[in-house]
Amino acid sequence: VTRAVEVAGIGIHPFGRFEDRTVTDLGVTAVREALRDAGDPQFQAAFCGTAYAGVAAGHKVLGALARTGAPIVDVEAGCASGGAALMLAAGAIRSGQYDCVLVFGMEKMPRGIIRSSFFEPWREQAGLAATPAYFALRAQRLMRESGVTKDHLAEVVVKNREHGVDNPNAMFRGVVSAEQVLASRVVCEPLHLWMLCSPNEGAAAVVLRAAPIGDAGPRVTLEAAALRSHLPGSVLSEATPLSGLADDAVDPPTTLAARAAYDEAELGPDDLDVVECQDTDAARELLSYEELGLCPRGDAGKWLTEGVTRIGGVLPANPSGGLLSKGEPLGASALGQVVELVTQLRGQAGARQVDGARVALGHTVGRGANASVVILRR
Amino acid sequence: MPARPVHDGMFTDTHLVGGRCAACERYHFPAASICPHCGAGETDTVALSATGSLWGWTAVTAAPPGYRGEVPFGFGVVELPEGLRVITRLEEADPARLSFGMPVQFALAPLHTDDDGNQVVTYAFVPAGDR
Repeated sequence: VTRAVEVAGIGIHPFGRFEDRTVTDLGVTAVREALRDAGDPQFQAAFCGTAYAGVAAGHKVLGALARTGAPIVDVEAGCASGGAALMLAAGAIRSGQYDCVLVFGMEKMPRGIIRSSFFEPWREQAGLAATPAYFALRAQRLMRESGVTKDHLAEVVVKNREHGVDNPNAMFRGVVSAEQVLASRVVCEPLHLWMLCSPNEGAAAVVLRAAPIGDAGPRVTLEAAALRSHLPGSVLSEATPLSGLADDAVDPPTTLAARAAYDEAELGPDDLDVVECQDTDAARELLSYEELGLCPRGDAGKWLTEGVTRIGGVLPANPSGGLLSKGEPLGASALGQVVELVTQLRGQAGARQVDGARVALGHTVGRGANASVVILRR
Repeated sequence: MPARPVHDGMFTDTHLVGGRCAACERYHFPAASICPHCGAGETDTVALSATGSLWGWTAVTAAPPGYRGEVPFGFGVVELPEGLRVITRLEEADPARLSFGMPVQFALAPLHTDDDGNQVVTYAFVPAGDR
């Protein structure tokens, strides 16, 4: 490797519901902010992560800004779409193909349980396209195999909502108690409504630029952007197959992506100062600790209870408030994490600042299966 | 009322229809011409066991997209003796009445009535002895 990849600019449109704004409007806001933050550079390519925005979604955003001409490629990888776009951009810079690339993602999610063209009509009719039910089955297995309890699940929500209070880009900014979480209606046992994130709307953008290796400075560098799909055989894999093998030894896509990212960045989980991880539901965050290798298998609940992953703990997780506070606009999700982590590494996160953060990890996983792991360093 | 399977080729009145790979000797569901585990193109269509044990479960309390049947309904994973774990409806919508390893048996579950007046059915499992 002869070139480093610098994060030269970040931009975000808050996550929430915006009836009067199109998905293009959301993208425009985030892209303008990122370009301005980077000093308005000339980018040579753009990658746009989105799952629901339709044909040429990225072109519409850059068309509205009169910034077309360079290649614009839309990238779909479910919840990891932004991570996939970032991987393509970083690889193009490292290889010398481009010096500056714009990466953005945006979404306006339909309301209610996410309807996905992934499921065949018969599977919907049979009731087998119930996304929260798959989350619930994973949660139940985690509880059985890792000693996680329903109280732990409520505690994840309490923690993330507390973190989200200080994030102006989050949808939910009020603290909640464990009692309130457990009093919300059961969607799919053991998951209650407040343990599930809300699909919503938003956008995020990042400008990547080539930088000389070892050139010290206040810059934030992208050390790794890894994307992996699933291996066959696991019935509860995010690939949501109809069957799997009675075999618990299949590595999940998150573990595959994490391993690749640690290798690429030449560091390990012990080197991390702050993490943003997938918390589509409360159990998913705890599963992420284990699958990313942040803690040993079976220790996620204990870690949470000991406060390791709170702001002020040894390894804060989701200082942004996570998807449980922000809501989840698929294409913007992974890049929203990058915006948060760069803000943390720059020391500009205000009341939710993780003191002295130098190395950060972002993680998304979802349908496909697709898992992305991003590592940033200051 | 005439019954119609929600999808052809996946189950009969008495069992699931799966596949077995001649190369890696592992089973899969639904049946496929290419083994989803090893990619070999030599598979046989087989009847899968009508009994198994419960590996995971929940209940769906709100109608998911495209679903026209009743809620709540049971949903889970059944482990079959062939070494296969299958995503399935469960004909028990109260999670408190189910337990890990509980013996279960194949059943047909009614979904909805289609525009031609047919009762649409799918595969499901019930606690053994319930039916």
